[in-house]
Amino acid sequence: MSNELKKPGRIIKAPENFIDVSLSQAITKDGLNEDRRNFLRKSFVAASAAVAGGAMLSQGALAATSAGDPLILNHTEYDQTLGLPVAANPYGVPSKYETNLVRRESPGLTQVGGASVAFSPLQGLFGIITPSGLHFERHHQGWQDMDPTKHRLMVMGMVKHPKVYTMDDIMRLPSVSRMHFIECGANTATEWGNVAVPTVQYTHGMISCSEFTGVPLSVLLDDCGFDKKNGKFVLAEGADGSGMTRTISMENALDDVIVAYGQNGEMLRPENGYPLRLVVPGVQGVSSVKWLRRIEVGDKPYDTKDEVSHYVDLMPGGMTRQYTSIQEAKSVITTPSGGQVLVGKGFYNITGLAWTGRGKITRVDVSTDGGRTWRTARLETPVLSKALTRFNIDWVWDGSPAILQSRAMDDTGYVQPTINQLRGVRGTKSIYHNNAIQSWRVADFGEVTNVQIN
Amino acid sequence: MYKLTKAILFVSLSALSIAAAAKDLPGIGRTALTNEIAAWDIDVRGDFKGLPKGSGSVAQGNVIWDEKCASCHGTFGESMEVFGPIVGGTTKDDMKTGHTLALATGSEPKRSTLMKVATLSTIWDYINRAMPWNAPKTLTTDEVYAVTAYILNMGDILPANFVLSDKNIADVQKTMPNRNGMLSQLDPKNTKDFNMWKVRGKGDVKNPACMKDCIKTVEITSVLPDYACDAHGNIAEQNRHFGAVRGADKLIACDPHPSVAELNRIYNTPYHPGAAGSQKPVTFAITKPTTVAPEIAETTGLEMLKQNKCTACHGMTKKIVGPGFSEITAKYKGDSKAEAHLIDVVTNGGSGVWGGTMPPHGHIKAEYIKTMVQTILTGAK
Repeated sequence: MSNELKKPGRIIKAPENFIDVSLSQAITKDGLNEDRRNFLRKSFVAASAAVAGGAMLSQGALAATSAGDPLILNHTEYDQTLGLPVAANPYGVPSKYETNLVRRESPGLTQVGGASVAFSPLQGLFGIITPSGLHFERHHQGWQDMDPTKHRLMVMGMVKHPKVYTMDDIMRLPSVSRMHFIECGANTATEWGNVAVPTVQYTHGMISCSEFTGVPLSVLLDDCGFDKKNGKFVLAEGADGSGMTRTISMENALDDVIVAYGQNGEMLRPENGYPLRLVVPGVQGVSSVKWLRRIEVGDKPYDTKDEVSHYVDLMPGGMTRQYTSIQEAKSVITTPSGGQVLVGKGFYNITGLAWTGRGKITRVDVSTDGGRTWRTARLETPVLSKALTRFNIDWVWDGSPAILQSRAMDDTGYVQPTINQLRGVRGTKSIYHNNAIQSWRVADFGEVTNVQIN
Repeated sequence: MYKLTKAILFVSLSALSIAAAAKDLPGIGRTALTNEIAAWDIDVRGDFKGLPKGSGSVAQGNVIWDEKCASCHGTFGESMEVFGPIVGGTTKDDMKTGHTLALATGSEPKRSTLMKVATLSTIWDYINRAMPWNAPKTLTTDEVYAVTAYILNMGDILPANFVLSDKNIADVQKTMPNRNGMLSQLDPKNTKDFNMWKVRGKGDVKNPACMKDCIKTVEITSVLPDYACDAHGNIAEQNRHFGAVRGADKLIACDPHPSVAELNRIYNTPYHPGAAGSQKPVTFAITKPTTVAPEIAETTGLEMLKQNKCTACHGMTKKIVGPGFSEITAKYKGDSKAEAHLIDVVTNGGSGVWGGTMPPHGHIKAEYIKTMVQTILTGAK
């Protein structure tokens, strides 16, 4: 026992072990103020000294342990009092203990909140559905909460019968409900050149996945009699200040594009385009135009601001790839991930997300040794086309330094590249479409940090 | 063509049942009127389809720019304070070649709009639909021509006496510095070996998916610099305080980390706990418990400032379009008339004090304005 305690690399499981029970409970209840922090430092030094001398841990902690856990032995504030009535929260809200996992901005990334990004807290989410309130946000000119009774959708251009639809019209039509991810084309943009941000929220948090309900765009195009011969493109336009416009291929438009009003069983959230948005599965998120008000059928692409100046890929040599729509296969381990600390040696479930804009994920491999060897992870069902796929794999951490990585493959045979393979083809000046393998370094004391490797 | 038909057939399968069930949609939607289409059909394409008739001079553009654009984009369109630069980085040579050289050399790390944009229609369309930032779609057609002309003048593309119009815009397009700089994924010659426009296209980056003995030596090439350890706040407060992991408290995240060289030495040395190079244990498991949302009373004024979109133009501490809140706090410190004065300025508008114009906000309830002003005067945090 004393031998194990001497290992400098060993996790000191919890400083609470070194302190007395009342202080531990005070910290749990009220947090760590400066007094308590100083006391802890002293306690830890004393305990370390005791450990170095081969002595046992402090008596207080041991006494509490041998006496049994007061949380088990005593009644609690919950089991001896009356709880709240039904509908105390008519629209339920998360537990007050869950306020750490919220959308966050990346400081310094943008100067004004109206043209910015709030990242989804992937480090604490489960499964494949993103809670609607945690769906990442990207606005180009702020968000609006639009009155659905005043919302109109116009379908025009190369159509026989240009038409106007109200929300009443659209919600009477046959609907589909499908799970799809929306990923910003600039997700992971900060990492093209080097490590720039600490956690998966900021490296990968511009992806979310929802069940969207709405009308297939093809139904509306058919209803208006679109020009099947010459109509090669569709322009989608938003009703917000930015009047967001994007060119969408007719092939996509007739395939699986949804004019959506539902998200995870309720109406869209305002930040996600209430009352109507386009969902263009597999394509960079900017095409899933929020607050959708106009669809135009045309014979040429539209060269909009976000197809010429932004959402294009600057290549080595200075030429710019344009209309790079597809979000290629990508994956990331969400736990353990950057900025987290493992609570001790032993068993862990490595878990993460994989996705591809080209179809379905077929396999995810995980390495815990920086890519020397790989094991194939379990894919949790359902595995859906152009949706997030959750993967899990067992891992027993022996306390030695590790580098965790995941590598996704899709049903076109495409394999997620390393950052250097990606840079080898596309250089480092592109902002968009960084789908490189993410590396998380685990230090021998359990801290996980963002690293890039050869 | 065959491919397209096949694609439509293939993709329509899922929609087929719906289309078959409801071939006609009686009672759904109505015909769009000509004037309605005209009101919304504002897009201007690369070939200038959709461009309305009109004209505007560089000189007129200069006046509009100084009044409505310069506060965000800078007097010369060069500012990076709020948005990316619009002007800069292009040369007379680029106008000849149609390819911005600085994009190849990387000599201008902050790529300006004029460096990037291939199609002049894009600039016209975007100003028309989305500018000015806080009052989009308020410029007249002629004003959009004028501002476009002035931007091109600031970029040394148009002379100071130029009048841009629907008649000559196609000629100006022929001088755009990066007009030949695009590799469109819609052009088959750019997508021979890969395709990022077609859903089932091929990718351009290959990974053989090796399973074992894939690399001999793992070399860490980049880590988060220690100075950025708390740039994103305390990560302990961004994770649960129970479960498989904790967020790294600042005490850990900001404890100096080994150099990249040292990390590589550690990683590529067989691990012996206690051997030189293994790292010291750290007291990490203490994280603050989840903070519970503060009482409403504490945040009301600040929340109102956000909800009423004051923060779109005013930073907490910094000037954006108007002065930062803390700048206002400092200016009026100890001034007993400040509250009444500021309520008047917010309600009815004002100008001159900070070198810009504050629009009136009579639509906001008087009691809200009072609360917000009090919040600012007592130091919004």
